[in-house]
Amino acid sequence: MNDQTMTPEQRAANLKGMGSSRKRVEDVRFTQGKGNYVDDINLDGMLFGDFVRSPYAHARVTGIDAEEALKVPGVLAVITAKDLEPLGLHWMPTLAGDKQMVLADGKVLFQGQEVAFVVATDRYAAADGVEAVEVDYEELPVVVDPFKALEPDAPVLREDIRDRAEGAHGPVRHNNHIFTWEQGDKAATEAVLAEADIVAEEMVYYHRTHPCPLETCGCVASMDKVTGKLTLWGTFQAPHAVRTVASLISGIAEHNIRVISPDIGGGFGNKVGVYPGYVCSIVASIVTGKPVKWVEDRMENLMATAFARDYWMQGKIAATKDGKITGLWCHTTADHGGFDACADPTKFPAGFMNICTGSYDIPVAYLAVDGVYTNKAPGGVAYRCSFRVTEAAYFIERMIEVLAIKLGMDAAELRRINFIKADQFPYQSALGWEYDSGDYHTAWDKALKAVDYDGLRAEQVQRLEDFRAGKTRKLMGIGLTHFTEIVGAGPVKNCDILGLGMFDSCEIRIHPTGSAIARLGTISQGQGHATTFAQIIASEIGLPADDITLEEGDTDTAPYGLGTYGSRSTPVAGAATAMAARKIRAKAQMIAAYLLEVHDDDVEFDVDRFAVKGAPERFKTMKEIAFAAYNQAIPGIEPGLEAVSYYDPPNMTYPFGAYICVVDIDVDTGETEIRSFYALDDCGTRINPMIIEGQVHGGLTEALAIAMGQEIAYDEMGNVKTGTLMDFFLPTSWETPHYTTDHTTTPSPHHPIGAKGVGESPNVGGVPCFSNAVHDAFRPFGLTQSHMPHDHWRVWKTANRLGLHN
Amino acid sequence: MIPAGFEYHRPGDIESALSILTQHGDEARVIAGGHSLIPMMKLRLTDLSHLIDLQDIELLKGIEVAGGTVTIGAMVTQHQLINDQGLADAIPLIREGSLQIADPQVRYVGTIGGNVANGDPGNDMPGLMQCLGATYELQGPGGTREVAARDFYEAAYFTERAEDEILTRIRIPVPAAGTGYAYEKQKRKIGDYATAAAGVLIRIEGGTCADASIAMTNLSDTPVWSVAAANALIGTAVDATARQAAIAAAIDEIEPVADNRGPVEFKKHVAGVILGRAIERAASRAG
Repeated sequence: MNDQTMTPEQRAANLKGMGSSRKRVEDVRFTQGKGNYVDDINLDGMLFGDFVRSPYAHARVTGIDAEEALKVPGVLAVITAKDLEPLGLHWMPTLAGDKQMVLADGKVLFQGQEVAFVVATDRYAAADGVEAVEVDYEELPVVVDPFKALEPDAPVLREDIRDRAEGAHGPVRHNNHIFTWEQGDKAATEAVLAEADIVAEEMVYYHRTHPCPLETCGCVASMDKVTGKLTLWGTFQAPHAVRTVASLISGIAEHNIRVISPDIGGGFGNKVGVYPGYVCSIVASIVTGKPVKWVEDRMENLMATAFARDYWMQGKIAATKDGKITGLWCHTTADHGGFDACADPTKFPAGFMNICTGSYDIPVAYLAVDGVYTNKAPGGVAYRCSFRVTEAAYFIERMIEVLAIKLGMDAAELRRINFIKADQFPYQSALGWEYDSGDYHTAWDKALKAVDYDGLRAEQVQRLEDFRAGKTRKLMGIGLTHFTEIVGAGPVKNCDILGLGMFDSCEIRIHPTGSAIARLGTISQGQGHATTFAQIIASEIGLPADDITLEEGDTDTAPYGLGTYGSRSTPVAGAATAMAARKIRAKAQMIAAYLLEVHDDDVEFDVDRFAVKGAPERFKTMKEIAFAAYNQAIPGIEPGLEAVSYYDPPNMTYPFGAYICVVDIDVDTGETEIRSFYALDDCGTRINPMIIEGQVHGGLTEALAIAMGQEIAYDEMGNVKTGTLMDFFLPTSWETPHYTTDHTTTPSPHHPIGAKGVGESPNVGGVPCFSNAVHDAFRPFGLTQSHMPHDHWRVWKTANRLGLHN
Repeated sequence: MIPAGFEYHRPGDIESALSILTQHGDEARVIAGGHSLIPMMKLRLTDLSHLIDLQDIELLKGIEVAGGTVTIGAMVTQHQLINDQGLADAIPLIREGSLQIADPQVRYVGTIGGNVANGDPGNDMPGLMQCLGATYELQGPGGTREVAARDFYEAAYFTERAEDEILTRIRIPVPAAGTGYAYEKQKRKIGDYATAAAGVLIRIEGGTCADASIAMTNLSDTPVWSVAAANALIGTAVDATARQAAIAAAIDEIEPVADNRGPVEFKKHVAGVILGRAIERAASRAG
C-alpha cells in the first residue's frame, strides 16, 4: 500500500483524512439498534426513581403525604425537600449564578416542577407510587408575562431572595428582576438615532421553544459503598463539568466520582444543565446502596427540562437615506422562568446576544438585556446554537428586513451595502467582538446567483399581479438571511462556566502497529466525533482514520474538557486534537531521522511518512515509525508515541452563511410550502463534507420546526399547552423540504486547521430565513412584523388582518 | 407515562369477549388498535382493570363487497382499507380518507372499528361513515342490533353504543356508479387531527347534481352530517354560487372550539375553504 507506486494523492485518499466524506463509523451500531444509551444500562438490583410534579404554575406546598405511596408494593422511599435539607441538597446552584429547588421547598414556581422523588424496585411501582403521593397546594397568582412580572404590584415569585438589591450579575430593581446586562455605547447610539435620516423600530419576539432531543434526559447513579466511589451514567453534554459540580455540591471527592456519558440521542443544549433528577438519583443511591435510574418521559422533558429562547427584543436601527446603517439599539426582555438556569458562560448572562450586529459594519450599537422571573420552567439553553446567538441572528435579520421596508429598498441590496468587507477582518464590532475572518460579499453574490434572485423577484411580481387579479390565492415569499455566528467558547480569559475555564483537550496514543486511540474532553450526541476527529488525526500524522479509535465521555479515562455545545467541539477540541497530533508528528520526525540516519531537519513530512528531503525514495512510514517508537532503543528519545494537548483558543470562531428560501402561502388556509431552500455555509476548513451536509440538513429542519410551528406555549394559568408531540411540532420527512447546500471556504486564521464549526449554523440562519420568507410574501400588503411560529392560524390571521379575505 | 395495573384478556370469539365485558362492567374496556385508549391509560386519564383485546376474533376481520353493500369487520386496519382493491373500486372515498389518517405506522395498527366506536371528534372515519350512510352492527348480551352512523354520535366520546356492546361490523351501501367523491383535510402535520376536514359525495345527472352527501370532521363535538349543505347542491350545476350556499349551510351547523390549531373564527373560515375544495373535487370526479 504505502509503497512508491502510489501518488501522494492516492496515499492521502487512503488515509480518509480531512476533506474526505468518510462514512460515519457510529452508524454501524446506530442503524442496527445497537447503540448504548443511558436507558440501556441495567445493573444488578437497580432501583427506579420517578417524580411527583406540580400541576400548578405557582402554589404554596402546604403538605406532602407519602403514607399511601409507601404502601404500594415495590415503593421503597419518597424523598421530599425536608429529607434533602439536612444534606443541603434541597436547593442546587444553577449554571447562571442562581439557585434552583431540587424538590419543592414550600412552594412551586412552574407547572411540572419536581415535588417529591419516589424510589421503587421497578418503573411501574414508581409510577404507582407517584400517583399515590398526596400533595396539598394553595394556589398563588400566576405570572406568565415577563412585562407584567416587572409591574410594581406583581406577585413576588422568588420569596427566598425577596428584597435583594444585588443579583449574580449586578443590581436588581424588582423582586422578579434577575439582571440588566448592558453592552456598547448607549449615549452615542441614542445620539445617532436622534440624528438619523431613517430609524426603523420594531418589537421582535423569538418565542419559547424546546430542544426536544429524541432521547430525553436521564441518569443512573451507583454508589459503591465498599469503594466509596460514585459512578454516574447520564445524558450529559459536559461530563467532566458534571463531575466537578457533583463533587462541589455533594462533598464527595472528585477522584471518587466517575461520570460516564454513554451514547446520547441528541442534546441541542437540553443536556447541558444539571437537573433535580440527577441529584435525587445520587442521593437515593447513597441512601439505598443500590444503583438508581431516572429517565424522564417526553412530557416531563418538554415541561420541565431546559427550554430555549423566549426573548422579547425591542429594536431600533438607524440609517442614511441611501441605506447605510449608522447605529443599532436593542432592549431585550428575557423570560427566564422560575429560576435562572440559563447555560451561559458566567460573564455573559445573556450569552453572546451582543453578536446582534450580525454581518454588518455598524459603527455604533447598544444592547441591554433584562432577565425576568416568571412562572414558567427554568432553562434558556442554547438550542443548537452558541449562547443566544439564534436570538441575536433573528433580531438583526428581522431588523434588516424592517429597515428595507422603511427605506423601500431591496433587502438583498441593503445587506450588500452594509456587509463588513473582506479587507476589514479581523473586524472589531461595536459590541465588543473581534470577528476572525469572513468574505460575506463573495458568499452573498454566489447565493443570489445560485437561486437566480432576480428571476425569483420577477416571478414574485407576476404572482402578485395574478393574486390581485384573482387568478391565484397563493402568495410567494423570498426569505433572505446572511448570518454570522460566534462559536467555539472559548478563551479561558473571558469564558468560564461555574468558574471552569472553557478550554478543551485531546490525548492521542499511537499503538506499536500504527493504529491509535484518541480521547477527548468533548462528547458526541450525534455529531459524529468518532468519524471527524479521526480524520483530523489522520491528516496530521498520516495514519488511516479507519485505524483510529475515538473515545469520549468517561471522566476516568478522557482528559478534562468542557463538553459539547455551542459548536465548540471542532473549534476547541478539534484544535486540541490537531495540536496533540502535531506533538506526535514532531517526535515521529526525530525517530524517522534516526532511522534514516540523517539530521532531523533533513526529513520532511509527506502525507503518511517522513522522507529525506530531495530523496523521496528514502522514507519511513508512520507505521514503521510507530513500531520503532516502542521497540527500538533510540538514543535521547524516550519510548512510546503519545501526546496530550489542552487547548485554550485565542479567540472565538465566526462561521457565516447565506441562506435563501422560497415559500408559497395559501392565504385562505394559512398553509405554507417551502418550495426551495438554498444554504451556503462557510465554516472555514471542511473536515467531512458529508457530515457537514448532514448537520446542515438537520439544523435546517429544526429551524423549520421553530419558525413554522414549534413552541412551548402557556395559558394564563401557567399550564403548558404544548406538552406532547401532538402539539409540539417535530417535523417528519413529510414536512421537510428539499435543501440545496453549498459553501465557500474562509479558514479561521487562529485555528490550527482553520475550522470554525458548523453544527449550529443552520439553526441560527435557518429560522430568520424561513421567517423572512413568510414576512416577505405579505410585504406588498403592509406587513412589517408578525411573530413566530408561522403556523397555519397565525399566517391566516396575518392575511386576515391585512384584508386578504375580503 | 406508565399505566396503572390491569388484567389483559385475549378472547378467541365474540361471545367470550362479551362475557368478560358483562362480568366486569365499567371496569373493562375493549381494545382494538389502541391509539386512543393506550395514551389515555398511560396518562392515567382512563381507569380500567380489564383490557379485552379483540385481535384474535375472526368475526371482526375481513372486507366483503357483495350485493351493493360493503361489509367491513371492526378490526380491519386502515392499512388494509387502503390496500383492498375491491374496496377501492367500490368506495374509493374510504381509501382517500384512510390515506389522510396519521402515518403508515399508525395505519398498520389503527382499526376502522376503534376509529368509529371511540367517538373522538378528531377521528376521520365517523364523518366518512356519515357521509357514506354506513350502518354499525353492535353485538351485546341481548343480541345484535344496527345503528346508522348518522344516529350514532351524541357528544365527544359518547355514542349510541351501550357499555356492554361491541361494535362488530360496518355496512356501507356502495354509491351509485359515477358518484364523485372527495375527502379534504387540513392538518398541521402528519399524525395530527384535522384542523378541518370534509367528506363529500356528489352524483350528477345531465349536468345537474342529483344527490349529495356532506360530512365534516373535528369541527364540533361529533361529526357533522349536513343535510342543508347537501340540499344546497342538489338541483344545481354545483357552480360557485351553489358551493357558497353549501358552505354557508355547513358553517351554520358546525361549532368548532379554540385549541392549539387556532381560534374559532379561523376554523370556521378554513372549514369553508376545505369544504369548497372537497365539493369542487368531488364534482370534478362525478360523471
